[in-house]
Amino acid sequence: MTIGTSIPRVDAYEKVTGRAQFTDDMILDKCLVAKVYHASIANGRVVSIDTSKAEALEGVVKVVTFRDVPDTKFPTPGHPWSVEPAHQDVADRSLLTDRVRYYGDDIAAVIAEDEVAASRALKLIEVEYEEYPPVTDPLTAMKGTTPPVHEEKPDNILAQSNYELGKVDEALEASDVIVRGTYDTPIIQHCHIENPVSYAYMDKGRIVVVTSTQIPHIVKRVIGQALGIPWGKVRVIKPYIGGGFGNKQDVLYEPLNAFLTTQVGGRTVKLELTREETFCNTRTRHSIHYDLVMGVRKDGRILAKDMTAVSNQGAYASHGHAIVANGATAWRHMYEVENVRASAYTVYTNCPVGGAMRAYGIPQFAFAGECFMDDAAYKLQMDPLEFRKMNVYKGFFADPFLTPIAANTNHVVDCMEKGANYIHWKEKRAAYARQTGPIRRGVGMAIFSYKTGVWPISLEISGARLVLNQDGSVQLMVGATEIGQGADTVFTQMAAETLGLDPADVHIQTNQDTDVTPFDTGAYASRQSYVTGNAVKQCALQLKEKILAYARTLLNDTDRELTLDRKMIYMDGEEAISLEEVAMESYYSLTNSSAITAEVSLQTKDNALSFGACFVEVEVDMKLGKVKVLDIIQVHDSGTLLNPQLATMQVHGGISMGLGYGLSEQMLIDPKTGRVLNGTLLDYKLQTALDAPDLAVEFVEEPDPTGPYGNKALGEPPAIPTAPAIRNAVLHATGVAVNANPLTPQKLIDAFDQAGLL
Amino acid sequence: MYDITGYYEANTIDEAAALLAEHPGARIICGGSDVLIKTREGKMAGCELVSIRKIPELYGVVLTEDKDIRIGAATTFSHITGDPVIQKYIPVLGEAVDQVGGPQVRNIGTIGGNLCNGAVSADSAPTACSLEVLLEIASPRGMRTASIQDFYLGPGRVDLKQDEILTHIVVPRSHYEGYSGYYIKYSMRNAMDIATLSCSVLCRVEPMTRVLEDVKITFGVAAPVPLRCRAAEEKLKGRVVGEDLYQLAEDAVREEINPRDSWRASKKFRLQIGGEIARRALEKAVKRQEG
Repeated sequence: MTIGTSIPRVDAYEKVTGRAQFTDDMILDKCLVAKVYHASIANGRVVSIDTSKAEALEGVVKVVTFRDVPDTKFPTPGHPWSVEPAHQDVADRSLLTDRVRYYGDDIAAVIAEDEVAASRALKLIEVEYEEYPPVTDPLTAMKGTTPPVHEEKPDNILAQSNYELGKVDEALEASDVIVRGTYDTPIIQHCHIENPVSYAYMDKGRIVVVTSTQIPHIVKRVIGQALGIPWGKVRVIKPYIGGGFGNKQDVLYEPLNAFLTTQVGGRTVKLELTREETFCNTRTRHSIHYDLVMGVRKDGRILAKDMTAVSNQGAYASHGHAIVANGATAWRHMYEVENVRASAYTVYTNCPVGGAMRAYGIPQFAFAGECFMDDAAYKLQMDPLEFRKMNVYKGFFADPFLTPIAANTNHVVDCMEKGANYIHWKEKRAAYARQTGPIRRGVGMAIFSYKTGVWPISLEISGARLVLNQDGSVQLMVGATEIGQGADTVFTQMAAETLGLDPADVHIQTNQDTDVTPFDTGAYASRQSYVTGNAVKQCALQLKEKILAYARTLLNDTDRELTLDRKMIYMDGEEAISLEEVAMESYYSLTNSSAITAEVSLQTKDNALSFGACFVEVEVDMKLGKVKVLDIIQVHDSGTLLNPQLATMQVHGGISMGLGYGLSEQMLIDPKTGRVLNGTLLDYKLQTALDAPDLAVEFVEEPDPTGPYGNKALGEPPAIPTAPAIRNAVLHATGVAVNANPLTPQKLIDAFDQAGLL
Repeated sequence: MYDITGYYEANTIDEAAALLAEHPGARIICGGSDVLIKTREGKMAGCELVSIRKIPELYGVVLTEDKDIRIGAATTFSHITGDPVIQKYIPVLGEAVDQVGGPQVRNIGTIGGNLCNGAVSADSAPTACSLEVLLEIASPRGMRTASIQDFYLGPGRVDLKQDEILTHIVVPRSHYEGYSGYYIKYSMRNAMDIATLSCSVLCRVEPMTRVLEDVKITFGVAAPVPLRCRAAEEKLKGRVVGEDLYQLAEDAVREEINPRDSWRASKKFRLQIGGEIARRALEKAVKRQEG
């Protein structure tokens, strides 16, 4: 039994000793270096470009501009492709462009012998623009601009969607109390350690791209689309990567890099972004504006909810409307409300591009939705915990539209109780009720639900291959990717579990190579242990069946039951033949040799909801505008834990991201110029070790019937509830409701000043 | 890959001065924690550098016979924090430089570089100004001594000519003896950050009467250069310590500092924080005096 045990990460020693090879470690021969020329305006058109001085500089090999690239628009998000044109991603990107849509848009690229020559050449490119006023606010942009950000969308609205369950207006009318709230979330950046980096070269007329990505098979497809070449002409290799958090669930500069190698005769070209480019030119978490309404009965029962959400997409579609739509879907989960309505808009602006980021629209939604729950509880003079307990779904429920998304197992109430006990909710809610003085304490909470994978909104497909070695160990290959979350380790445990092997006898291939590894769409949506786990399990079952079938031919017995455990084959419970003997025969039998392998590619048509709760205690130093998190716990219902230690670490990382989302992280964009003001790790305030308290983690475990090993989503959920829990704790401490995260000192001083507390 | 066009290593102060004179565009590099950042950002791309890293007399802290404290300009922040002379006589300086960045930067960054970089957010600057340190400066023309009061010319600009090298920071005995100090760095997170506003207070209290005999208050990031709040100091001197004094310090400082309004923080915000950290720093400095 290895599922449920905390085996060490299978890549721990490689990473700790520095032997693990990342993209930049793998460039063996002397390579050329490419750098991108970025626009210094946010909205306009290039009227002239002069690259002659750059081209004349020593060390410069080639300069390409928007004039040189294929006239093809392509989509970039890491979604499975859809064969139905209506569901295909929006194709609005060019490799390089003369129509500048955000500050930093890509106009040209320099290929040089080294980085210094490339950097110097960038400064010698001369560009003249025709400028249009930039629009950074989606509420303004959706009234229409001249010209629009994209001609195809004259009102700048990329997409709009809505639904209604029951009769919301009637139910609001019948309610005793109406609560309204407006909430805003900031644009933030993933800040994975390794900046996006790739290198590309040509081999026998094909393009090979080695890149730090979460989605190698999707990168292959998009390069084919962007360059207008058959997809089989592209090979993508993904080595160890230094984090992604969704930013690398997008095809970033790989298509440009693929194009650049074709411009220099297939020589190796490296394209590595700086941290500043990563902030400005990759993807961000969308800023979303929410207007919420709730109708409640006097006793606290919610009768109706209405949401309008407007998402700031930035300059290109990327993951687009899927992000805000995910929050609109979550709006009808978790709380049992008969009448629910949502209307969601995604709007193009001249901001950096919004894309996927850990928990895909739900951190934004949870900030709004869970602050709103506390605001409603205050208005009703109810305890926020009791108010939630009264209204949450208990036990099974299913999504009314998206079958089969369902809470097969649902322990949200247990999560709340565990968290409340840990933080001493009742005692502290009472003790901190009437404080005076400039330093005050409070406790706050938030809960969430989260899907596992993307079915049925999108396709779920995964693949796995197992090869039996001569010694009875196996190679495991998956198309899913290890991106630091521990995927390789739990896949190893899964194969070991089903084959009855020691995890040390399962050799997982960590690198994905689209020429070799089975097809899988990659790391996102907390899907891999559920969806790819399915493939690993089926593949292991298939391998086991083949092993036993081959063993039967050696044992000359057709009736008795064969089982496999710890490298031994048992016949009716008696030791019969070792796995090693069977393997050797399979390879070298002079009469019947046929090496034993198994491969599956399969679709998953299930989707289970995970749940959890976060409780925090804060101390607010009002005169300095500072919030200190004294204590924090998250409790998760994620089904069976595959590896408790990895699960705990996943939660630690998510809490840490949530602390930043709640307190300090935001990308500031100058509304006049559209320029990112704080796109560096100094001015973008990521949390440090000294800002975090000790992090407490607990779980409520019940196997989910649809998970391959009883498991359901845990990858992204920890990033969801921290920010609203902190905000609600500050509300408890001070009585001041801040409706936009992060709760920075500036925002708090302004709010406390307005409340007369300074 | 850094765009550096020349690198010259000096072994003595004279050699360094000569190299700077020989290469008129060259800049001094010691720890490199500012210079390399500027080179990478492109602000100093293509620069020539004269290294003073290998000049032994620029390192270390010495208590002279007169009990003046001489700090070599190349002494690192972590050395200063851990130095027994600093800990015994001017702990506030060791505490201040212990708030620079993170451990790696404090192991490489130097107090000389911190002052000469001219950044108004430098963690050593407010305390150095409250201590009214003297700066020993070498050049091919010989040595000169300057007061830190006259050293800052504007944001990122200090009174150093191309061929001049800050060699030592001197804290005369009379400047620290009998005083206690406290430094508060206000930044947006607890590590790896620069000050949004900072305040260093040095004070001397008469133990019997509890009268504040002398006080020196210097702000970082409240003006284009480190700002001594002399008007506030005058208002505070001669008063008995207590809540009234602290309230007066808070109010007087808010009248005197003139911080910027920027996207990093509004002027109103900085005024609120400025008054509050001045009050708290004074309170702590007094407590140390009496404790």
